[in-house]
Amino acid sequence: MTDRVGDETVEYVSALAQLELSEEEKAAAGRDMGRMLDYIGKLNELDTTGVQPMFHVLPMQNVFREDVVTNEDGNAAALQNAPEKQDGMFAAPKSFD
Amino acid sequence: MEERELLGLSAVELGRAIRERKTTAVQAVEAVLAQIMRTEALYHCYVTVDREGALQRAESVQKRIDTGELTDPLAGVPVALKDNLCTEGMLTTCASEMLGNFVPTYSAEAVRKLEASGAVVVGKTNMDEFAMGSTTETSAYGATRNPHNADHVPGGSSGGSAAAVAAAECFFALGSDTGGSVRQPASHCGVVGMKPTYGTVSRYGLIAYASSMDQIGPLTKNVEDCAAVLEVIASHDPKDSTSVKRGDTDFTAALKRDVRGLRIGLPKDYFGEGLDASVREAVLKAAELLRCAGALVEEFDLSLVEYAVPAYYTIASAEASSNLERFDGVKYGRRAGDAENLRQMYRRSRAQGFGAEVKRRIMLGSFVLSAGYYDAYYLRALKVKAMIREAFDRAFARYDCILGPVAPTTAPRIGESLANPMKMYLGDIYTISANLAGLPGISIPCGKDGRGLPIGLQFTGDCFQEKKLIRAAYTCEQLLREGR
Repeated sequence: MTDRVGDETVEYVSALAQLELSEEEKAAAGRDMGRMLDYIGKLNELDTTGVQPMFHVLPMQNVFREDVVTNEDGNAAALQNAPEKQDGMFAAPKSFD
Repeated sequence: MEERELLGLSAVELGRAIRERKTTAVQAVEAVLAQIMRTEALYHCYVTVDREGALQRAESVQKRIDTGELTDPLAGVPVALKDNLCTEGMLTTCASEMLGNFVPTYSAEAVRKLEASGAVVVGKTNMDEFAMGSTTETSAYGATRNPHNADHVPGGSSGGSAAAVAAAECFFALGSDTGGSVRQPASHCGVVGMKPTYGTVSRYGLIAYASSMDQIGPLTKNVEDCAAVLEVIASHDPKDSTSVKRGDTDFTAALKRDVRGLRIGLPKDYFGEGLDASVREAVLKAAELLRCAGALVEEFDLSLVEYAVPAYYTIASAEASSNLERFDGVKYGRRAGDAENLRQMYRRSRAQGFGAEVKRRIMLGSFVLSAGYYDAYYLRALKVKAMIREAFDRAFARYDCILGPVAPTTAPRIGESLANPMKMYLGDIYTISANLAGLPGISIPCGKDGRGLPIGLQFTGDCFQEKKLIRAAYTCEQLLREGR
């Protein structure tokens, strides 16, 4: 494994992560990610043939309930911490089209 | 009751003293607030102290105790809550700039259960930002200092909660544990900390870090308090689909001084290189006390120990990157003011709101989940998680519980850890596997090093075996007290 992750990858990952990074942050991210991925690469030492990935530690099933409304109108509460609101909705800048 | 005596009581003792009219809920809160006045400027355990609210809550609780309506063991007892637990009407920041102005409109289920039983919330404690860290130094609101030595960290990420208990700035606290974040600060601060079996305490209202591993747990002055608190907050909650229905949550029934015939395993891999000599000595001394008291103590090979930390960081980062997507400046929290469009607002709000460690883990997590890397990293880590769980299953076929250190060293000095994140991650070696495998674990104080810094030991058990752990920990606590 390389000890440093390339610029293109850092750009790609920061887009996935929705993070705007400064040039220094991008350089640091390349180094940090490289080091971590190198360390995580240790898991390749193990033979995982035939092992099922464990998503949950306990045997779990989806939990269902009847599709019935049981709460009161939460509009005001939901908007209480909104940075910007309008007409009972969250207001946000336009997205690119 | 005189204030010093009051502050020295355990949570259960205080509850009893209140019921016996030797003191009141209001006096208890006043004593805690006075202590906060004395020591908080130095230790910085809290992000928010709700002075007025706590006194009001204490008054109303005392009335309900007086009428006989509230008879719970912890009624009237002041509690501190880690700042990633939603508290209705009270600022909840996760020690992040991102949530610096966030006031939840509901309380976490664990908090509701505590309040229903009469505990009085005093405030919200400091933590590593979004629970990512092991020293409470990644908090956006400043570090917390260890009450045993203020030049040292309290551990993390529930460092504020552990320090508040150690400094008598509350009678007990709640923390959250994803990789050791209750047990390790408990160890560094000389208090008791427990992570229950995954699914035991509802995660509703706990701001998520890694959903498959997060659990809320008590931080207390002793094992009896720990059992009492866990009994209150454990519940099956339909609002948390990973919540488990358990029939055996009367944890205080396990407070028995008896380890005869208890099979205790010591993993050889936990006592090798990298473990501080004073920590090794303290833990092995406790093991010997348990053996003399009738426990069967034996070394064994746990195996896969060196793979737990890389597996954890892969999975935790992946889950964190997903969980923290919701912080986008739209619905709550910080919004960047200068964005020209929605996408830029997302990217800038998050860049401004998150600290370096959080960004680091989000980036790593996004990478390991991305197309082309998902199988090689994330899925592989989940397979290793399964293998680690299997290793524990084999261990618990032979032993009732596993005994080991909580951390390789005592609390590091403030400012030493963040420069070397990898080294810091490796410090989680003894606690992390319990989170991967969903197992319960309890950390209790077992001595101090040459500088007076506390050392903790940890009992880890099989799923749903908290009672065995409580019995072992309670007995060990007594033995250590007598042995002094």
